[in-house]
Amino acid sequence: MLSLLRRLALPNSCSEVTSALVDDNSPAPEIAAGVQYAHPDAATLLLALGGAWTVRGKLPAVSDAIREIDAAPAVRRVTFDTRALGAWDTALLTFLLGVIRHAKGKQLTIDRDGLPQGMSGLIDLATAVPPVEGAAEKRSRRSLVTIFGEAAIDFAAGTGRLMAFIGEAAMSFGRLLTGRPARFRHSDLWLFIEQAGVDALPIVSLLSLLQGLTMAFLGAAQLQMFGAQIYVANLIGMSMAAEVGAVMTAIIMAGRTGAAYAAQIGTMQVNQEIDALRTMGLEPMDFLVLPRMLALILMMPLLYLYANLLGMFGGGVIAVLVLGITPEQFVNQLFAAVPLSVFVTGLCKSAVFGLLVALSGCMQGVNCGRSAAAVGDATTSAVVMAIVAIIVGDGIFGVLAPPFPVGQ
Amino acid sequence: MAQSARGEPIITVEQLTMAFGSFVVQKDLNFTVKRGDIFVIMGGSGCGKSTLLRHLIGLQTPAAGKVYYGRESLWDAKPADRLSILRRTGVLYQSGALFTSMTLAENVSLPLQTYTTLPPGQIREIVSTKLALVGLAGYEDFFPSAISGGMMKRAGLARAMALDPEILYFDEPSAGLDPITSKRLDDLILQLRDDLGATIVMVTHELPSIFAIADNSVFLDNVKRTATAVGDPKEMVRTTNDEMVREFLTREGTLNEVALPAAATSSAASASSPSSSAGAS
Ligand SMILES: Nc1ncnc2c1ncn2[C@@H]1O[C@H](COP(=O)(O)OP(=O)(O)O)[C@@H](O)[C@H]1O
Ligand SMILES: [Mg+2]
Repeated sequence: MLSLLRRLALPNSCSEVTSALVDDNSPAPEIAAGVQYAHPDAATLLLALGGAWTVRGKLPAVSDAIREIDAAPAVRRVTFDTRALGAWDTALLTFLLGVIRHAKGKQLTIDRDGLPQGMSGLIDLATAVPPVEGAAEKRSRRSLVTIFGEAAIDFAAGTGRLMAFIGEAAMSFGRLLTGRPARFRHSDLWLFIEQAGVDALPIVSLLSLLQGLTMAFLGAAQLQMFGAQIYVANLIGMSMAAEVGAVMTAIIMAGRTGAAYAAQIGTMQVNQEIDALRTMGLEPMDFLVLPRMLALILMMPLLYLYANLLGMFGGGVIAVLVLGITPEQFVNQLFAAVPLSVFVTGLCKSAVFGLLVALSGCMQGVNCGRSAAAVGDATTSAVVMAIVAIIVGDGIFGVLAPPFPVGQ
Repeated sequence: MAQSARGEPIITVEQLTMAFGSFVVQKDLNFTVKRGDIFVIMGGSGCGKSTLLRHLIGLQTPAAGKVYYGRESLWDAKPADRLSILRRTGVLYQSGALFTSMTLAENVSLPLQTYTTLPPGQIREIVSTKLALVGLAGYEDFFPSAISGGMMKRAGLARAMALDPEILYFDEPSAGLDPITSKRLDDLILQLRDDLGATIVMVTHELPSIFAIADNSVFLDNVKRTATAVGDPKEMVRTTNDEMVREFLTREGTLNEVALPAAATSSAASASSPSSSAGAS
């Protein structure tokens, strides 16, 4: 707006405005903005504007002027007197536009002669393009029924999008498996594998080691009461292999990699890069989603094994230092306690979790809106959706492939 | 490239209506782009030019009406057929839309890697040629974040031209470019048409380039929400009865007559378009 005013640079009238706007150090205007209403004759309303009408001062309300107009039904004409007017800027324009719109609505004549030179031009500029119709309709007030209805429709649409996305992802996967060239850059795949694999090792190491230490430490106190210290190996082995290893790495990866996927793809959406891919004939599903999905599906089971190793090591440390078990005893007990099938289930489970994390991240990214806030929302939703999917998926695995025989 | 007869219809738009939900952007558009034409889509800012482009390049489904490429209807074609139609086109987006995670060379080579069997060395050479054509020789290994807005546009153009497409779409190619570069871009566009036989469809506001290079055009009116003039802009400016079209093509605002001093009109007109501040920088 400032540059607009400056560029308009009307010969004499606006010079005071420009200086008021440009010179930040100019002393604050002495006289505050004010309006006086007068009726020179019964059919005329005179608005005498005085003082400094700038956005930095205090301003009279447009509603007062509107009330004044409505209070005198005999008025047919609105005129202005600006002899006492000091500096002015768009604050005055805003006030006048409010008055003029209202007066026009009541079919009153507006006499602009009294206005400062240049103001008339600004009024024309502001009213030259009528407000667009149809675009603003969404902003109207909505009833409770409408809100619930729209929420239901949104939910249905969201579910539809989810299904469509899963379907497309499956087709993309199918193209890969049937050997038809699913198009993505192999260098991308390696990059994602590195990001989801090696780069995740430090955090996975730290958390699984701590988890192993803590579980063993807490468990040790309980087991000691029964003199069953050696079973700390069973405790750590089974809980890491069957549950904690897979779920914890999946949640770490949801926060780390799933969120990154949503942000990467979302930003590409904002920058029209996805459009560019489409018009290039590259399916975003193949080019962006598939390599990310593959990377996580491949890396998650490896991370699961690695997390198990470190968790069990942590448990072993406690067993040796606190419970006085020899490392040999611990390892032997561990092998006896955890059947191989538990690891197999765990590996499958973490591959599925990898898929879920990648799908959530990519789906939120692909469906992202075109703004910075939308990218933020996409990232948040990706993490929440992935974690919910992981917990639900874990439950389903627990029922279908329980690590212990259930019942009896 | 298929060197068919110049002048035959290559894109035909029939009764096209474009809408976002219940908000109709433009309705009942009808025009034909002929092979070898430089076709300009004109209109005030926000009238739906970019949206029209998105309908032509298969990114947005029409609310009603048809888009034909030759005799094939783009939106009635099977997805695979639609892809093969669109493979004959290249698009330069308003913002360039370069892949920000790839260097300029990688950006330009992506279509080549995807659709040709050329060895990497040759692809690299072709990429260098394309970048040189748009004045970016030597910038192969720069990332988009390290070059200016105008350079991004030119790199986007190099990518759009990567496969020497039959039809090139440009969305405001010269917005944000200095006058010399934008004159060079005009020359380049003419050359693409004359030497490579490409058909060019472009959105632009630049009157000099409209009059210098356009063969045909459509004017979208953002109040009436439909096309109010179709034809060669050089003819259009003389023959049109539509006030808005005449104003657009002669740069006369109504503001001029009513209030503002002549010197202020052009800046006021450009100030009313929100993108002009970015363009000026
Ligand atoms: N994604 C969208 N959702 C809703 N309205 C949109 C969207 N994109 C553009 N519009 C509206 O469509 C109209 C045309 O936009 P656009 O085609 O970008 O204009 P321009 O002619 O400047 O390129 C504008 O009024 C804009 O508000
Ligand atoms: Mg646009």
